[in-house]
Amino acid sequence: MSIELREVTHIYSQGSAFERKALDHVNLKIEDGEFIALCGHTGCGKSTLVQHLNGLLQPTEGQVLINGEDINGENVNRKKLRQSVGLVFQYPEYQLFEETVAKDIAFGPKNMGLSEKEIDLRVRRAMDHVHLDYAKYAESSPFDLSGGQMRRVAIAGVLAMEPSVLVLDEPTAGLDPRGRDRILGIVSDLHKEGATIVMVSHSMDDVASLATRMVVMMNGTIAKTGTCREVFRDRQLMDEAGLGIPSAARLCQQLRSRGIDLPDDLYTQDELHEHLIRLWKEAKGC
Amino acid sequence: MLNNITLGQYYPVDSVIHRLDPRMKICLTVLMIVCVFISQNLVGFLLILLFVIGASHLSKVPFRVMMKGLKPLRFILILTFLLNLFFTQGTELFHVWFISVSREGLRQSIHYSLRLIFLVISTSLMTLTTSPIALSDGLEMLLSPLKIFHFPAHELAMMMSIALRFIPTLLEETDKIMKAQKARGADFESGNLLARAKAMIPLLVPLFVSAFRRAGDLAMAMESRCYHGGENRTRLRVLRITRQDLVALAAMCGLFALILIANVFVPKGLIL
Amino acid sequence: MKSMTNETCIQVEQVEYSYEESSDKVLKGVSLDVRKGEFIAILGHNGSGKSTLAKLLNALYVPTSGKVVVCGMNTSEDDLTWTIRQKAGMIFQNPDNQIVATVVREDVAFGLENMGVPHDEMVRRIDDALAAVHMTERADSAPHMLSGGQKQRVAIAGVLAMEPEIIIADESTAMLDPNGRREVLDVMHRLNREKNITVVWITHYMEEAATADRIIVINNGDIAMNGTPQDVFSHVSEMHQMHLDVPPMASLANDLRNDGMPLSSGILTVDDMTEEVCRLLCPSN
Repeated sequence: MSIELREVTHIYSQGSAFERKALDHVNLKIEDGEFIALCGHTGCGKSTLVQHLNGLLQPTEGQVLINGEDINGENVNRKKLRQSVGLVFQYPEYQLFEETVAKDIAFGPKNMGLSEKEIDLRVRRAMDHVHLDYAKYAESSPFDLSGGQMRRVAIAGVLAMEPSVLVLDEPTAGLDPRGRDRILGIVSDLHKEGATIVMVSHSMDDVASLATRMVVMMNGTIAKTGTCREVFRDRQLMDEAGLGIPSAARLCQQLRSRGIDLPDDLYTQDELHEHLIRLWKEAKGC
Repeated sequence: MLNNITLGQYYPVDSVIHRLDPRMKICLTVLMIVCVFISQNLVGFLLILLFVIGASHLSKVPFRVMMKGLKPLRFILILTFLLNLFFTQGTELFHVWFISVSREGLRQSIHYSLRLIFLVISTSLMTLTTSPIALSDGLEMLLSPLKIFHFPAHELAMMMSIALRFIPTLLEETDKIMKAQKARGADFESGNLLARAKAMIPLLVPLFVSAFRRAGDLAMAMESRCYHGGENRTRLRVLRITRQDLVALAAMCGLFALILIANVFVPKGLIL
Repeated sequence: MKSMTNETCIQVEQVEYSYEESSDKVLKGVSLDVRKGEFIAILGHNGSGKSTLAKLLNALYVPTSGKVVVCGMNTSEDDLTWTIRQKAGMIFQNPDNQIVATVVREDVAFGLENMGVPHDEMVRRIDDALAAVHMTERADSAPHMLSGGQKQRVAIAGVLAMEPEIIIADESTAMLDPNGRREVLDVMHRLNREKNITVVWITHYMEEAATADRIIVINNGDIAMNGTPQDVFSHVSEMHQMHLDVPPMASLANDLRNDGMPLSSGILTVDDMTEEVCRLLCPSN
């Protein structure tokens, strides 16, 4: 399943004194199986873009196409579309409302009109994906759980709709290192199982380890898109966009400026480790 | 999205009326309401009209903004007018089919309608020219003598100001929650009344939970900053009665006196 | 250069804490000292007890056993509570849920109004506090128009106006974006340097903890480590066992050392690492 944004422009409060152009002729194609990291400073349009992917927002100009079909067109079943693109907002645990974890996760499938049996199956599968023990937690109140657990329940609630594309807005926001690792592990597993992922993130280190492609936004437009390797090389752009680069990439650049012979596009700790050990052994050998 | 201007009815512009002490404005509004009710003839209403025109001109609030307050009232106004017109007994003026219109009916319908209109306009004038926080301050100070009877004036004012502070925040949160539930297939628009009420649960429960959590956090933060109730607190926002306030009071008292005079000296039945 | 005396302003002695009578102990006998002018970081995973410890420092909680003495005052004594809270101010995690007033300036005034500070003095202190956090131009804004980092700075101003000796920041950057986190941390360091305010910085971000004078690691209600950042972060495997991270450079240095590269210990930042690697690999030094 592919999603395409074609010349998408979005203007909030058009015609009023508070008119604001959040997206300006954005073109983006998301292919099946990709893991896209969407990055940019606060206010660059990331949240607006992401809400176009499942039809929550409609473009002022331009089109949003899923598998070639305009989702805001005449005879489109918008509800069905929202099922195929799942959207997890920031701090999703703030949206839990049901009496039990199982019921909350079942909310999405229920709205899809599925049978009781299918709903139950999906709830179990979703809880499994987020590593929440069904037997232990299904009948608990979501409000009795820890923050990290509540977040996983919320994510399960979206997973239960079994979307082809999963969009996550800063899924690790506010979590401690353990919570962060858990969530990223879940997302990574989903990707490995074939899901297409779009993840909005501020952490370049997270992005470096997971994304197949990076999209950098700035002031409502896409400033650059490419593999992590390509994007992190462009330090100037990253600075302008208000983003950093992974510490490994920064180290690489600083060492190169001091004359150490390293390729100019290293960005993970492992790569750097390899090269530095190699250089050390060579230096010892001399 | 939300902006600084449109919270409640307050229309922020700098004018003589805006700068009046809120306590004075509250008292003046009460006096105006009294004037509206005790006036018994069209002369009195004319005086009130002139006063209101003068005040709204001084307030620099645009005419159409002021009239917006009357819009929701149009049905009640028409109803009041017609009911009083057709169902008041008295000397008949004319009749249409079997419905008779009496002179008293005409008089009453005009008077009651005018009273309603002036009531709404004068309270609108107050809320348009006084920020919610200033109103809360004014109310707190006016009600504080009641503390002797254990009336929680300070607590009420604090509650109101915290509520005002959190309205935009809670509205933003409502928007977020709605979007998140919509993304899970929730439908807030279609269905009958019952269906739509049920659909509100995924919206209201998280909102309430969140509001309670905020309250707990806020209480802790307030205590950390030494909040311990209303005793021995000083204030940053100081209210002062100025010469303009006294002039406004004098004008209102003048209006009151003139209405009383009109009531006594204008013969009843003249100009209805 | 910072001036740091040997005077202790916070003493925590064998403190235990449980939320209710029979429930588990959140803190199991914690002891620590904080010297005046120090910038200490308290690190720990969620549920380790670090936030509970924070709230024991300004008498929001009182220990079930042991004692906490702040600026010479015992937090268990009720009539000292308000003085303790004036001397030890606190900012919280959720930027929104600590702002009380509809306008920035008035929120900064809140603490002063509670303390009964006279009007003219109040105005002076508010102006100074807003200037110290660089929020003077937004003094008349409504809170919902501010970014997370700006809201936290307003919260800091609100505490600063009360003229505290200690500021406790309870995970105050957890809900901010990287820019906001940097803003707030910078302000706190500046206040620490320029006004000699003792800072207790509770966090789970390693890069932030790495900027402190001293790090205290809490794990399951006990103090697991207490030392300089260089010291604490050199114990990479212990930190991982406690579900904490170390700064990326510390982790890389550790791996390289394990593979035979004799990097010195105490590497925390990219700059540290650059210097060390060059020392080893640039023969022309």
